[in-house]
Amino acid sequence: MNRELYGKLIFELSKPGRRGFHIADNHLPQTNALPSELLRQEPLDLPEVDEPTVVRHYTNMSTNNFGVDTGFYPLGSCTMKYNPKINEEMAAHPAFTHLHPDTPASAVQGALKMYHDLQLALSEIGGMAEFTLNPYAGAHGELTGLMVIRAYHDSRNDSARVKVIVPDSAHGTNPASAAVAGLEIVEVKSRPDGTVDVDDLRPLLDETVAAVMMTNPNTLGIFEKNIPEIARLVHEAGALLYYDGANLNPMLGVARPGDMGFDVMHINLHKTFSTPHGGGGPGAGPVGVRAGLEQFLPSPKVVKNADGTYSLVCDDSSLGHVSAHLGNFGVEMRALAYILSLGKENLSKVGPLATLGANYIKESLKDLYLLPIEGVCKHEFVFDGLIDKSTGVTTLDIAKRLLDYGYHAPTIYFPLLFHESLMIEPTETESVDTLDDFIAVMRKIAEEAASDPEMVKTAPHNTPISRPDDTEAALHPVVKYE
Amino acid sequence: MKIYYSPSHEYIKVDGNIGYIGISDYAQHALGNVVYVDMPEVGDDIEAGEDFGAIESVKAASDLIAPVSGAVVEINEHLIDNPRLVNENAMENWIIKIEMTDPSQLEELLDEEAYKELCEKEKH
Amino acid sequence: MSHRYLPHTQADIDRMLERCGVSRLEELYSDVPEQLLFKGEYDVPSEMSERQVREFFDTLGAQNSRLVCFAGNGYYDHDTPAAVSYIVSRSEFLTAYTPYQPEISQGTLHYIFEYQTMMCRLTGMDVSNASMYDGTTATAEAMMMAVAHARKRNRVLVSSTMRKAVLDVVATYARYHGVTVDLIPEKDGVTDREALAAMLDDKNVAGVIVAQRNRYGIIEDYTGYADLCKAAKALFIMNCIASDLAVLKTPAEWGADVAVGDAQSLGIPLSFGGPYLGFMCCRNALIRKLPGRIVGQTVDNDGRRVFVLTLQAREQHIRREKATSNICSNQGLMALFVTVYLSLTGAEGLREINRQGQNGAHYLAEKLQATGKVKLTYPDKPFLNEFCITTETAASEIITRAMERGILAGVALDDHRMTVAVTELQTKEDMDCLTEIVNAL
Repeated sequence: MNRELYGKLIFELSKPGRRGFHIADNHLPQTNALPSELLRQEPLDLPEVDEPTVVRHYTNMSTNNFGVDTGFYPLGSCTMKYNPKINEEMAAHPAFTHLHPDTPASAVQGALKMYHDLQLALSEIGGMAEFTLNPYAGAHGELTGLMVIRAYHDSRNDSARVKVIVPDSAHGTNPASAAVAGLEIVEVKSRPDGTVDVDDLRPLLDETVAAVMMTNPNTLGIFEKNIPEIARLVHEAGALLYYDGANLNPMLGVARPGDMGFDVMHINLHKTFSTPHGGGGPGAGPVGVRAGLEQFLPSPKVVKNADGTYSLVCDDSSLGHVSAHLGNFGVEMRALAYILSLGKENLSKVGPLATLGANYIKESLKDLYLLPIEGVCKHEFVFDGLIDKSTGVTTLDIAKRLLDYGYHAPTIYFPLLFHESLMIEPTETESVDTLDDFIAVMRKIAEEAASDPEMVKTAPHNTPISRPDDTEAALHPVVKYE
Repeated sequence: MKIYYSPSHEYIKVDGNIGYIGISDYAQHALGNVVYVDMPEVGDDIEAGEDFGAIESVKAASDLIAPVSGAVVEINEHLIDNPRLVNENAMENWIIKIEMTDPSQLEELLDEEAYKELCEKEKH
Repeated sequence: MSHRYLPHTQADIDRMLERCGVSRLEELYSDVPEQLLFKGEYDVPSEMSERQVREFFDTLGAQNSRLVCFAGNGYYDHDTPAAVSYIVSRSEFLTAYTPYQPEISQGTLHYIFEYQTMMCRLTGMDVSNASMYDGTTATAEAMMMAVAHARKRNRVLVSSTMRKAVLDVVATYARYHGVTVDLIPEKDGVTDREALAAMLDDKNVAGVIVAQRNRYGIIEDYTGYADLCKAAKALFIMNCIASDLAVLKTPAEWGADVAVGDAQSLGIPLSFGGPYLGFMCCRNALIRKLPGRIVGQTVDNDGRRVFVLTLQAREQHIRREKATSNICSNQGLMALFVTVYLSLTGAEGLREINRQGQNGAHYLAEKLQATGKVKLTYPDKPFLNEFCITTETAASEIITRAMERGILAGVALDDHRMTVAVTELQTKEDMDCLTEIVNAL
């Protein structure tokens, strides 16, 4: 990463008369313009720049960014694993990138087979009967999954079920998705280790509950041991159990959500299945269901016919459409390339190796950082800041100081169960050497917090910019260049 | 003017049938730097227990809940340009002024002392 | 033996296990009840080398047909400048997460700010968010935004001339979010303004959503709509195709409160439906109701102009169930895609691309009509680069025949109507070939 700020905006490089792209004349007669009342009045002001200037501008801009390819990215709950390059090559395959989504099925059999193959692989890995790949992102998948649940209850004329129970440690997205799906949130208190208290859950389960949403392992990286009991209670109450796939990675090769008793789940392909996060998208949020719920999945679906061909169908009992077509197809191609590259031999190593890395870091730092939950974690764990609080150095300061050393910060101040949460997830693609270096730096920061707290509190010192003024940004929003 | 508080940390200062509603000093402190106050329009009806707007800091947002019912007769326009006035003096910088429709609802609210107790409890 | 993505040697694993105080990897899962453990192997193929992966996708790819594309319906086959794909594939952009640490994410924040600026200029609106998944979901978000804005009214009117894909997604969100969606009837291929005026009389409408271009490719005249909506206190929402806005009257100029739509037309490959890009812009007064991420300008401790995620208090991770949307991400990389695209084309390039598509579409429409086998469904209505034809032969039959000649003729709307779109990528020869196919029916 370039530690000098490249701060220019493309608009500031514009010179009248320059351009960076031109198309060949198609030698067709000029048509009459549209009636003037339908034309834009205000001239369009876009930058006028040549191609070299554009390429240099965005290349320089990129060097102020940190990515997985730049360095270690221990961002808890985000599963920042390596993004294999063959995936990119496949997603750019011209036999797929040229396909218009409204092309009749007979001309896109290869694309439909790609979708179907990935759907089958995810069903196998999730222990589910069927997957839709249509949702565009994890949150979109979560919303779709809740719609599946509502469609199921509606089909049984059981529409008084309007509540979704989530643990108080859940991601903010869970309640937001429930609200968008027209459901009310009820929080169930978690025990100190973030797991659901079955005794607290039991009385909440009545005929108004549509679903219980959980992630397993939970946001503290702890496996919910009581999941069979929870599943039994939820099903007895006539509700469904939803699996938030945000934390699926440590379960690869170990246990399947379907076998744990979950009815509906989503997967973030950009986490567990190695597709790049792209600075915040595009992702993909496939949704899987157990047998008996397939008919509620969104339209369209890709089905394999008896003669081996593939078709698109829209089911009458489907919840409807959540996307224009078959989701972020290019992202799906990357995920299938990843599954094929690992194969059955290696997919099952992913979970244990991710878990090993997390425990290794935890054990190597717990003498300096406060570990609120003792014991084995899964893919991630949470420190509650430094053990020595006397220095006044906070989690935010530690996070910022890590940037100086060329690491991305862990997830901070989440989960909300602790005041100084510092959530670390290394993933299975980081070597022990990388982890050792990171551990050494974390130890050094703890030392610095004691010896020179002021320096840590004013970090970062070695990044393209220093701490920005968030208050000013929110107080007087400037959201475009003028 | 007599001051009442709601458990959701709004206050209402009462002057006859008129009430000035804002958030308590405790609440402004908990929120941190206020960057925006979402206010209703003059003429809107507000209902006790329902939200009439929201208040935002950089990292948090909170609904404003009406302590009593009434009609909005004025909004504090200073807060549009300078929402930080709430931080500077929450009790002076009320958010809306209403004409109460049912002053008996005031009896359901907390007085200064009861509210102080509530805040003490929340701190722990 | 270790895999190319998994750097752990057995010696590494042993050392790590020792630090963790266990002797086998399985012990890290001793808390998982025995009956839940997955035993055996997943029923998926064996590991493949890169070459095998390539062969796999080549084989699949060979089962797709490469067609000259006259299909539109919201998604258009445009040329992509080489520099765009090159920049977008830079791993500093590609492999970054959400810019939560602004000190090491200025690259991402910087281009989103440029993106927001460009979308504001295209639509004429005051504010743009950092982008949405696509135009269909952006329109559904706009519907929910209208309902949240109106507080107590939960009815939204949508024009029947909206593309089916948008209507379908809006209907799904409405059904579960508890919004009543009523369709505004169409008349001669455009929204029926008198019908809308009557529907607004009920005073219970939170928003009105119309399409520009509409599902037939027609450019509608929305004169007076903003006033009708304003009088009814309903938000006026326009769904647009981004590239059109280089030439068309902007949503702001029509008086819209919210502009949404698909931006795939800005050079994003068709890729069988995605990833694409949705945009969402609004008037200043609505900024705190706008869903999704927003990047804002501020200064750092040293006084330099820098960019941060701002107005986050609106978002799902803080507002939880009170948030008006559950969207967490944007289409980050695709926002970069169109930003670089628009930097390269500039306004003049975008106008030129529009002009060529428009010339092509009018040429093709005339040629097709001259065959006598099809006619323009709405011959008096203005269009840019897409038009609707009524066919004697079944539309699906025309599409099948054309596919035999390597052409995707268009998109069937129903048995005897189809839309046909032209961009800078189809040649006069392609159009003459399609005409010949139709002529031979």
